[in-house]
Amino acid sequence: MAPAVDNNPGMSYERTQTARTVDSGFKWVTTIFAFGIVVTLLAIALQVGIDAFPAIQKFGLSFFTGVRWNPVEDIYGAWTQIYGTLVTAFIALLIAVPIGVGVAIILSEDFLPSKVQQPLVFLVELLAAIPSVVFGLWGIFVLAPFLQGPMTWLHQTFGWIPLFSTPPTGRGIYIAAIILSIMILPIISSISRDSLVGVNPSLRQAAYGLGATRWETLFQVIIPTAISGIIGGVMLALGRAMGETMAVTMLIGNANRPSPSLFAQGSTISALLANQFAEASGLQVAALMYAALILFGLTLLVNVLAEVVVRKVEIKKL
Amino acid sequence: MTSQEFPASLAKGRSLERAVTSKTIFSNVMTGLVFACALLALIPLFALLFYVISKGAVRLSPQLFTQLPPPPFPRDSPQFSSGGFGNAIVGTFMTVGLGSLISIPFGIFAAIYLSEFARDTKFANGINFFTNVLSGVPSIVMGVFAYSLIVLATRSYSAMAAGFALAVLMLPTIVRTSAEALEAVPSNLRQASVGLGASSYQTVLKVILPAAIPAIVTGIILAIARAAGETAPIIFTALFSNFWNWDPWRPTATLSVLVYNFAITPFANWQELAWAASLVLITLVLFANVLARWIIRKR
Amino acid sequence: MTSNLQQSVQTDNVFHTENVNIYYGDFLAVKEVNLDVPKNAITAFIGPSGCGKSTVLRCFNRLNDLIKSFHLDGKILYHGQDLYAPEIDAVEVRRQIGMVFQQPNPFPKSIYDNIAFGPRLLGYKGDMDELVERSLKRGALWEDVKDKLKAMGTDISGGQQQRLCIARAIAVQPEVILMDEPCAALDPISTLKIEDLMQELKEDYTLVIVTHNMQQASRASDYTAFFNVQANEKGQRTGFIEEYDRTESIFQSPKKKATQEYVSGRFG
Repeated sequence: MAPAVDNNPGMSYERTQTARTVDSGFKWVTTIFAFGIVVTLLAIALQVGIDAFPAIQKFGLSFFTGVRWNPVEDIYGAWTQIYGTLVTAFIALLIAVPIGVGVAIILSEDFLPSKVQQPLVFLVELLAAIPSVVFGLWGIFVLAPFLQGPMTWLHQTFGWIPLFSTPPTGRGIYIAAIILSIMILPIISSISRDSLVGVNPSLRQAAYGLGATRWETLFQVIIPTAISGIIGGVMLALGRAMGETMAVTMLIGNANRPSPSLFAQGSTISALLANQFAEASGLQVAALMYAALILFGLTLLVNVLAEVVVRKVEIKKL
Repeated sequence: MTSQEFPASLAKGRSLERAVTSKTIFSNVMTGLVFACALLALIPLFALLFYVISKGAVRLSPQLFTQLPPPPFPRDSPQFSSGGFGNAIVGTFMTVGLGSLISIPFGIFAAIYLSEFARDTKFANGINFFTNVLSGVPSIVMGVFAYSLIVLATRSYSAMAAGFALAVLMLPTIVRTSAEALEAVPSNLRQASVGLGASSYQTVLKVILPAAIPAIVTGIILAIARAAGETAPIIFTALFSNFWNWDPWRPTATLSVLVYNFAITPFANWQELAWAASLVLITLVLFANVLARWIIRKR
Repeated sequence: MTSNLQQSVQTDNVFHTENVNIYYGDFLAVKEVNLDVPKNAITAFIGPSGCGKSTVLRCFNRLNDLIKSFHLDGKILYHGQDLYAPEIDAVEVRRQIGMVFQQPNPFPKSIYDNIAFGPRLLGYKGDMDELVERSLKRGALWEDVKDKLKAMGTDISGGQQQRLCIARAIAVQPEVILMDEPCAALDPISTLKIEDLMQELKEDYTLVIVTHNMQQASRASDYTAFFNVQANEKGQRTGFIEEYDRTESIFQSPKKKATQEYVSGRFG
């Protein structure tokens, strides 16, 4: 400590060099960790990209369209898995969006007394916390046997439609899509609820004051005002559905050929990774990395779009 | 201008009395539909909880937590109900522990930067953006990343690789909840501390962080609960093991991978263990959620 | 008090209330409201804050129905019809009795769609462009916005937004327009514009306004109800009507001491 003008013993108004170093050092440490988040995301992309390189070199864009995934001959094409990823996620949205928005409406309007509404919000959030692998287990032993009857009826009655053209077994695209819809429902409903609740209450009063009914107010004022938040939530749910692994792996059947039928067994990129990574070697690892890169790119695209949409909403609210 | 210029058929003079119109029918149908939605959303939750509890409770006993997984036994074998998953519980604690050890300090430091040093700057907004995008990266891709970085480099599956994958997974949650918690600390506390001559790191570590701790802990609990149930990033990083393993650099069993491995086998005693492990996982998740809520409410 | 007024009021009454008590749960918010609102006139509610003047206003078009704990006893008659009778549809009530709020609250839609909102709800099949133009002219906003009808209703100035809200209420041709402190959020110039507009509107409509601005009440209204508030032993504050009469009587020769003190600015 540099003793300053010493008419105030024991007190120094000049901070010591060490104290200042510690202070700026502390700030630097936090900066580095914050920047570490960016580095992590870039490192994921880079690392997976580098490992995928041999496969990218060998198969190029034909990897997207090839339907053969053959570790014995070392020929890899991921169309079956890409198709499965897109179609399961799409069907899951088709089921979960109306139900999720419906739930969000119940949880944001005053249909129920708040003593009932609050626990309901908690229960829906709880649905989001249940591990994927438990959904898979439940899907195999409870949902699949339960759906067998109705799905067989669908096949027998509407079998002439390509979508229902194969007899349903306990595994297949349809059941993976249904379990996905259950898993993404809480995301859709909780984000939609937040955006519905965020609509300025004076707009509701204005609409009621003009003689609109509750549903006219919802459809013409509340939902249009909250729509970007709802879309953002749906996009996040789409990203989650495309990347969801365990429940899908356990239920989709892991077949390596595409089929137009929803009852046929199929595969997704994440299911492919989950099934093969542990025993892969050589070019197969590179091909799997390539597939992982595609999945990463797909979810990145969806999440960035979601982020942009949601951010727009937040700016508007300010 | 007078009212004659207006069409006469609008509001004035309409009957005030309730009438059944297409509008009221539409309203009632829509109300019915959203209630049906709520019911549809809750059925899977209750069905799942019901089955996990009833099927998992069959095998619930202390030996589950102390014994190793058994070989497959037929249903009439006297050893059908033997064995447990003690090693998987140890493995879950180890992988999640490693993940927490990496992600908690990392996340809190990053959050301190975002809320205390760079709040509302472009750089902080950029990092928030990356954090949100990172939280949207599928967990299996985290596994692929850890596989590439650690498994391939060390030439061995290991709890460490799984812990690393889980750390990347937990990071965005911890950063976001911690940053929110820190930002919620009233700024007069900050001013009071600075006004007393505290330096920035003293202010953060001795005043701001303690005030935000309950909310940060809540976020950490939820991140840990989620990590404990994660399977995708672990199946090809920690792999599995039928034995006790205390070495972070060796393959290890975890509860979630055990559920996966045993669920897809045809052996009834393994399937029962999968249900029991699911019950343990769900109890953990429920407990964590209730605890998190309790901490928030207590404040 | 009521009989006093009835002698002086020659026109029809739009509203007639009988012993209205308004509750939120067990809490009596406003008690014993007896008043007549005459047709084609402006009636102002004044009084200290918390006296329940906005609460009473919102009862006239059943907007308080949105609050779960709200209920009332007594009768509110609209052309002799009890607004709270079970067979009455609150939605229909709000169509005939329009409302303008304290904060301008245009929908985040175009100016055109804001005006067309109400008529569309009522299934209006005529020339919507014409109706929008007329409503905007009637709301003294046409000159300001005629070239930007597609602009967002939220992107114009506060005073313009409030006139948009008035035009929006007019578009469905209600009989009554309730205004809850319509100028509270506006600057003095916009306030004067709205007051001018109110004078024009009373030829065709019945207006009831809540205001905390006594100048405004004395300038703009024909009748004034002075609301006061009293606290019971538990500290709950209940509003009531202290005095109701022609505006010039309230301001120049009030019968009650409290009114005298309030209008001359000695309390509240």
